[in-house]
Amino acid sequence: MTFKSSIELLAFHNVAYSIYAFLIISIIAWFGYNLTRKEKAKSVVRIPFYTYIAFLVIGGVGHHIFTYNTIPWVSEDITRHEIKPDATYNFEITKHKWKLPAKQIVIQCGQKVLFNVKSNDLVYGFGLFRQDGSMVMQMQVNPGSRNDILWTFLHNGEFDLMSTEYSGPHQYDENGNDLMKVKKLVKVVGCKEDGGNK
Amino acid sequence: MSLIQNLINGTNFDHKSLNALQKVTLRAVVMSFLFFGLVAIEGMIMRLVQAHAPIPNQFYHPEHYFSIMTVHPIVGIFGSTYQLVFAAFMFLVPFLTKKPLYSVKLANCVWLLITIGTALAWLSAFFTHYAPLYTLYWPLPADTDQFNLIGGIVFIIGVALIMIGTLGFIYNIYATIFARVGVHKDKTTKELLISGFGIDGMLNLWNKLIGKQPYSKEPALALPVVAIFRGTVDTFLDAIVILGAGILVLIYLIFDASGHPLNVASIDALLYKNFFWWGLDLVADGLVLIYVAGSWYLLATLITGQKLFMENVARAALMLELLVSWMVWSHHLLGDQGQPEMMKLISGEMVTAFELLTQGLALFITLVTLWKARPLKMTMELKYLLGGLVGFGLAIPAAIIQADMGMNRVLHNTQWIIMAHVHIALIVGLYMTLYSALYVLWPIVTNNTKMFSSKLSNAHFWLYLIGGIGMGAFGGMAGLDGMLRRHLYVHGEFNTYMVLAAICGSMVLIAWFIFLFNIVMSVGIKGLIGIFLPAEDKSASYGIEPESVAQNHK
Repeated sequence: MTFKSSIELLAFHNVAYSIYAFLIISIIAWFGYNLTRKEKAKSVVRIPFYTYIAFLVIGGVGHHIFTYNTIPWVSEDITRHEIKPDATYNFEITKHKWKLPAKQIVIQCGQKVLFNVKSNDLVYGFGLFRQDGSMVMQMQVNPGSRNDILWTFLHNGEFDLMSTEYSGPHQYDENGNDLMKVKKLVKVVGCKEDGGNK
Repeated sequence: MSLIQNLINGTNFDHKSLNALQKVTLRAVVMSFLFFGLVAIEGMIMRLVQAHAPIPNQFYHPEHYFSIMTVHPIVGIFGSTYQLVFAAFMFLVPFLTKKPLYSVKLANCVWLLITIGTALAWLSAFFTHYAPLYTLYWPLPADTDQFNLIGGIVFIIGVALIMIGTLGFIYNIYATIFARVGVHKDKTTKELLISGFGIDGMLNLWNKLIGKQPYSKEPALALPVVAIFRGTVDTFLDAIVILGAGILVLIYLIFDASGHPLNVASIDALLYKNFFWWGLDLVADGLVLIYVAGSWYLLATLITGQKLFMENVARAALMLELLVSWMVWSHHLLGDQGQPEMMKLISGEMVTAFELLTQGLALFITLVTLWKARPLKMTMELKYLLGGLVGFGLAIPAAIIQADMGMNRVLHNTQWIIMAHVHIALIVGLYMTLYSALYVLWPIVTNNTKMFSSKLSNAHFWLYLIGGIGMGAFGGMAGLDGMLRRHLYVHGEFNTYMVLAAICGSMVLIAWFIFLFNIVMSVGIKGLIGIFLPAEDKSASYGIEPESVAQNHK
């Protein structure tokens, strides 16, 4: 099982967390109801203490093992300095203004692209978003330190660039429009309709 | 009795019958709930902006919007939550240890300092739009191109006063715990320290494993006091870090004001982030979780009248939580590419996952303690306690999901963490626990004052529970769809979720009005004013025979 994009990943977690939320609310409600009853409640299932503890440990650690093995960008991110990118794009930010490498960046499907961002003053963010507003990926951009991210695009699309970190009200105009938003900066081409290389 | 008479005189509340400890507790409680109202209104303003509601244009201005966002957590966490928690603990420690509070004067200074500090921070944001947000990411708080310099100085002084008040609380708590009077007359400092850190519980468990007699059959400190003791360690460290960051910002602002600005690049932004998050995270992952666990244990034992299930494990877990809370801050820096990968992996992921264990353990112990005592009457305190358990049951896994390098890449700084985790943890988890404590302590602190209406109490409970969970859930869903948390959306981009979140948020606000009305009708306006008048009875303790109090004061 591998998640091809953040949409698949987040949809999965949305369902998984919703089921969990429904369960925990139901369990506490059932528990509260039975606390007040005189007759002894029948346990639906008996969970020994150490099984419960083991479940918590496995849940906490297992979550990371699961994501490491199913989310492609985790291992790529950790080992990005050993991977030779197909293309590198350098960005700079000064006083809420981007210095972009090109007016539009066109990326071929499956290319490993390194985004390297430098801030000359404040803490900003670097995030790419689909046209429906959902996030493709993001990183923080700190002044004085390395801010690079290696990314492999597996879906066609045009993506907006936004600063994902608040850097003061000068990021916006008087009416609240985001001055750091760059519409359709990144364009990915050459992927199959359901994702992946043709 | 007519409503007007009730409003003026309350039910049977007599402020003159309260002693100094009861009065100082109630003063902080009153201020806490007033600040809660303010924070709920601020939250609703932000929700309405995000829902693109037809409200005055000024709320859509970025300066105004972000100044609200800056003071919202200051008022909520320090002005309201800190005050309520400090009030409860400055009453509970003397009550549980059967010793007088070290100093009522200091307790009065604490609520005054926090109130004045919060008010100053709020006023600076309101009048000058100083808005670096609570994260104070360097060098934004010192950016005088964007912010008013005087506003910045006033804001930082406000935060510093809150922290000084916090240090006052810490001193009062430890001075009370370590006072060798009453039941602790013959205890040594070492014994109190061992018990305070939960080491006795750990040694008891170890001795049981190797077949030896328990290290301590009667621990020096009751379990809730151990939790307060432990959580207060983190409160101290957190206060020092925030105070340190405040002093740094203040130095830069003062030099700027003198016409000799310092170079902001001298401070490494990432290192500062590590320092600041280490301290700030001690609030979220340290004192809140530990104080809450302690409160659950206390409430479970008071509601059931029975001993806590697995008390030694609970004591040892509090010790474990100490170590965990000091090592988890990197989960806030998973999106920072300059942060060493090892720190992300160990501190950000692995140690953070332990919170699932420690909080899961607290949940388990509390539930079993309640279960063993059934049948129980579904009192208000029990309802709120169950609500608190639901809140943390929802909020902790929501955070663990994001404290992961893969998930963080697509969730960092979205509404997921602030709504599905932080707001549910605070509004539902923490506040429901605190409401439970309030209902338990109400007859003790007010000398058996009758609550005006149980129907209103119930209305508050359900509106608050459904509104709190609903607001967090819809905000969280918006986060999954890419909505950022520290961003201004003025084109109705996530309108459906935000309208639903605003409806649920308004339920929380209405719940607060109902709660406040119920309390005011119970104590009356005369009583409310009387709380702030000097107490005739200067006792700094509750439930101790006059003789032992006199001895204690010798």
